[in-house]
Formats: sequence, C-alpha cells, structure tokens
Amino acid sequence: METLTSIINLSLLASMIRISTPLILAALGGLYSERGGVINIALEGIMLSGAFTAAAVTALYHNPWLGLFSAAIAGLLVSLIHAVASIRFRANQVVVGTAINILFLGVPPLVSGALFQSTGSTPQLPREQTLPDWNIPLIDRIPVLSQLLSGHKPIVFLALLMVPVTHYILFRTRFGLRLRAVGENPEAADTAGVSVEKIRYAGVLLSGLLAGIGGAYLSIGQNSLFTRNMTAGRGFIALAALIFGKWNPLGAFLACLFFGAAEAISIRMQGVVAIPVQFIQIIPYVVTLVVLAGFIGRAIPPRAIGQPYVKEK
Amino acid sequence: MKRIFSPLVLPITAVVAAFLFGGLIVWAVGDDPIFVYQLFFSSAFRSAEGIGYTLFYATPLIFTGLAVAVAFKCGLLNIGAEGQLITAAFATAWVGLMLPSWPALVVLVLAMLAAVAVGGMWSGIPGVLKAKFGAHEVITTIMMNFIAVGIVSYLTQYHYRRPGDAILETYPIAEVKDGAVIGPHLPRMHALLAPFGINFPEHIPLNLAFLIAIAACLIVYVFMWKTKWGYELRAVGANPLAAEYGGISTSRNIVIAMVISGMLAGMVGINEVLGYRYRYYDGFSPQYGFTGIAVALLGRNHPAGVILAAILFGALQRSALFINIFTDKVSKDWVVILQAVIILFVACEEIFRFRARRLRVAAE
Repeated sequence: METLTSIINLSLLASMIRISTPLILAALGGLYSERGGVINIALEGIMLSGAFTAAAVTALYHNPWLGLFSAAIAGLLVSLIHAVASIRFRANQVVVGTAINILFLGVPPLVSGALFQSTGSTPQLPREQTLPDWNIPLIDRIPVLSQLLSGHKPIVFLALLMVPVTHYILFRTRFGLRLRAVGENPEAADTAGVSVEKIRYAGVLLSGLLAGIGGAYLSIGQNSLFTRNMTAGRGFIALAALIFGKWNPLGAFLACLFFGAAEAISIRMQGVVAIPVQFIQIIPYVVTLVVLAGFIGRAIPPRAIGQPYVKEK
Repeated sequence: MKRIFSPLVLPITAVVAAFLFGGLIVWAVGDDPIFVYQLFFSSAFRSAEGIGYTLFYATPLIFTGLAVAVAFKCGLLNIGAEGQLITAAFATAWVGLMLPSWPALVVLVLAMLAAVAVGGMWSGIPGVLKAKFGAHEVITTIMMNFIAVGIVSYLTQYHYRRPGDAILETYPIAEVKDGAVIGPHLPRMHALLAPFGINFPEHIPLNLAFLIAIAACLIVYVFMWKTKWGYELRAVGANPLAAEYGGISTSRNIVIAMVISGMLAGMVGINEVLGYRYRYYDGFSPQYGFTGIAVALLGRNHPAGVILAAILFGALQRSALFINIFTDKVSKDWVVILQAVIILFVACEEIFRFRARRLRVAAE
C-alpha cells in the first residue's frame, strides 16, 4: 500500500499531463486528417521532423519561439508531401505514410551531420534557450489545480486548449461538417458542391501543424536537444489513442491521458516494483487491439478512410 | 517482349528519378554525387565480396518483400512484417536453446519450422481480427509490431540472456570453433560452393537461406498463379464482392493470405539466427519489414520483381558503410533517405503516367 501511494500522487498526475502532451497534439492532428478520409500513419515521421527542426533552429538562432514556429512549419511541409501524394496523385496512403516515417529516420541525422558535424544529436541547448515554464495567474492560487497545471511548458496548455477547440471545430463549424462529410461520403459532399480535395488538404495540413508542434515539445520542451529517433513510437501511440478514442476529440484526449499515465507509472516503478517495463510499454497497443476487436465498444473508422477520391467526369 | 518490358518501365523511371533526387541531396550537403554513386556501385557489385554481401542483405528483403506482396495480392497491406520476423527470429533461437542435446540436424529443422509457424501465427491474429471483426489490418499489424518488440525484448532480457552480457542477446545456439560451426546452423555459401571448386570468401555470411529465399519465390509464384487457392486469393484482392458472389469466402482467404505472409516474413529468422548470428540479437532488424513494403511495391508484387528490388535495396545497405566512411559530409543515413524517396516515387507513379500522357497529347 505504501508503495502504491508513493507511486500515485499529484506529481504523478502532473507528469502524466506532461507525457501526454505530444500524444494529444499528434492524436488531434491525426483526427483532422482521418476524419477527412486520409489515413495518417506518418504522424511519427512528422513529429520527428518537428522535434528536429525545433532543436536545430533553436541551436542556430538561440530562440525557442522561433524554433517552435519552425517546427510547426516543418510539420506543415511534411504533411504537404503526404497530402500531395495521397490526394493529388492518389497514392496508397499507408505506403506514403510509411515512406515519410522512413524518410525522417534518415533526414535529421543527415542534416544534423551537415549543420553540426554530429549525426547522433543536435547541440545541447542551455536551459534558458528551451521553452519557459508558465504559471497561469488564477489557477496558480487554487491548491490542487496549481500542483497539476502550474509550471508547464506553453505547449502543454496549447494541447489542453486544442481539445475543446477541436471538438468545437469538428461539430459546430461549417468546416467541421464538411470535413466529416468528405470522410464519410465524399460523393455526396461533392454533389453538394464541397471540394473534396481542398477539405482533405486542409485536414492533412492541420495534422502536420499539430504533430509538428507535438514533436517540438519533445526536443525544446521536455528535453534540450534532438536525439536520433527521439519520438520512439509516440506517433503510433497517438494513432492508437485516436482509435481507442473512436476518432473523437474528447475520447482521443482521454486515451492519451491513459497512455501517458501508463508511461508515467512505468517511469516511477523502475526500481520500486519488479514489473518489467516492457509490460507497461505494450499496454497502449494491447488495449487498442482489444478495442478494435470490439470487446470494449466497437471503434468504427470514418467510412471513406483510405480511399482516394476520384471525381466523376 | 512488350509483355516483359512494359511493367518494368514505371519502376525503373521511379528508381532513376529517386537516384537523381538522391544526387541532389548529396550535392546540397556539400559532397560529390558522382563519387557517392561510384562508391555505391563499386562496393556493392564490383567484387565477389561486394556481391556476396549485397545478396546477404537482399535475403531478408526477399522474404519480407514476398510477404508484403502475397498479402497485397489479397488486398491486404501487411505492415507488420517487422513484428512477425522479430517473434519468428526469437522462436528460432528459442528452439535451439531448449534442445541443446538433440542432434543438430533435427534442431535445425525444428527451428526452421518454428520460425515459419510463429511468423504465421503473429500475422494470423490480425488476419482473424480483420476477417471476424473487420479491424483494419494496417492498424492491428502496427500494434502487433510494438507488442512483439516488448515481449521479445522482455524474454531476452529476463530469461535468456547470459549474465553480464553487455549486449541484449540470448545465449548462442551454435558456436564457431577452429573455423567450424558446432551446433544447429545453415551452411554458408563458402561451404556450399567448395565442392564445385569455386572459392567463395569464407567470412561472408551469405548462406543457404538465400537459396531458400529464391525457392520461396518460385513456390509463391506457382501457388499464386498456377493453383486454385492462389486464384481465389487473388480474386478476393481484385474484387471481394465479386469473389464472394462467385462462391469464394473472403474471410477465409484473408486469414490464409495473412498467415502465408507472416510465414514468409518469419523466414527472416532462419537467415538471421541459423545462417548468421547463431543467437537472437535484440534489435537485429534495420526495418526489414518496412523496407519489404518498398521491395514489394517496386517489384510490382511479383516474385521476380521482388528479387530484383531486394537486390537493389541490399546493394544500398551494403554501400551504406562505405559511403559513411569515404565521404566527408554524407552519412549512412543518406541510404535510408534514398529508400524512402524510392517508395514515394513508386507510390506516386501517377506523376510519371501523367507526364507520359501529357507528352503524348502534346505530340499529337
């Protein structure tokens, strides 16, 4: 019991929120893409591009905000490759995603080698050149909430904010309605005068923007440099969370928190309880399989997901 | 002639475009593209040693390329070859570890069967999930990849690792003593060619698994294009509704295709454990499963194409080390980038079709 209380406490919840942040951003990003009908398994590669760009730009120009901005742009550009290939050229979306993931195993070390003469990592940034810790004025005074929500990096608040914002965009705006329409029934959307291509482009680009920022959190928020393959599967966990959350913003958010908690606990448990870390690491994947098999309420993807849209002439 | 050449045009155009693009990258980071490509060709093809290594690196890619191709012919994208080959390789070593006193030849056969069986089981799960519950195989195979990595690394670390070993690997199942291998293993090309009076360098790990890979290509060809089962499988891939209407069970063929796919991917374990390292080495695969997608795609999901594409990617992997050492700025990561660019170009073959059509229109 004592070990249990030493593991589960407020600081654990705070670290759960921190660990979940990149997952939340990537999962919400994936949601825009997949709700529009484009499978995005490139989240991993996009996050890597964002993480690397943020660290490299900050190392060169000593400004983490510029680094963060560049990461968002990098994510946007990488997702543009995905969009052009899978929407314009109607390539197989999964194959394109795989190619992008492989591409960004290679690009960061190559560019890092050319820029910093080191293929293993970008230069270590001094602490003042990483993103600052923010305290929110009012919440700061509330006892429990302040422990949970104070002193996080700005990206954490952005991620938390993006959950209701995404819900609003998806279910309360014209763009959201159109996005869902082209993901469920592109023919009908097309007949109604919606440009399937344009809406899908928007969805995929939004996914790049958010996943890129999520990647930046790893390199200039949580850490102070980029290391080889530093996302370590987080893009895929985000994808799992998106499915576990049944392609809904709130569901995906809760799934990210759950997976984040699993990781936070596994970090705490090292050396305390003799459960191998591997067992905790595979929880997100096992849970997702179980959900896909329909044991915990069926997860049904958008109907037109994965299919390129060919306009009838 | 036309029947043979026309399917080659698009893949070759894509590879040439990717190589040109790769040259641009070399130039952009400040090295000489021509020198890099000279390195690539000379290290991969100019000597018996180079060719030996190229074919050795091509071997696992033939297996994974075939695996992806078979699934693809049934309309499935198996991106779980990585997990299938990891579990299979571990199972191969595990059989050797469990039966230390059995005759080597018996263990060898059992270990090979284990590789195939476990690979097939690991892909069979997503197959059943797809057939019974409609779960998308892309997502389930991704999940199975991570579960495989977790379980196998746990088993290696906690149960089969030699105490004090700095590397995450199992006990060996065979050992090299005075130049001879004691224990269950596949003969190397050196030993296979010696009776014919051919002197193949002894240190090159190319082994019998390469010939097994070629045989697998032949078997897959006959199965897919010359048998009723292969026909049914392809019918499901071409048009599941029509197949079902014609009395072919889609769900049964989905499971069969996934299991065969995983069995082929699992054979990577034979090359790795019985032909090369004689133990399970955690993290041995440099994404063979994912490169297999590129191999299948470039090889047009045909066994002959798979062999050619696997040799190209094997050559790239062989040359990576040389490019890393003998250039100033280009690291071995350039090879990884080139692989990704090839996949992108092949996937977007519409680009080239498009241009061709436009040129034709312009000519008219």
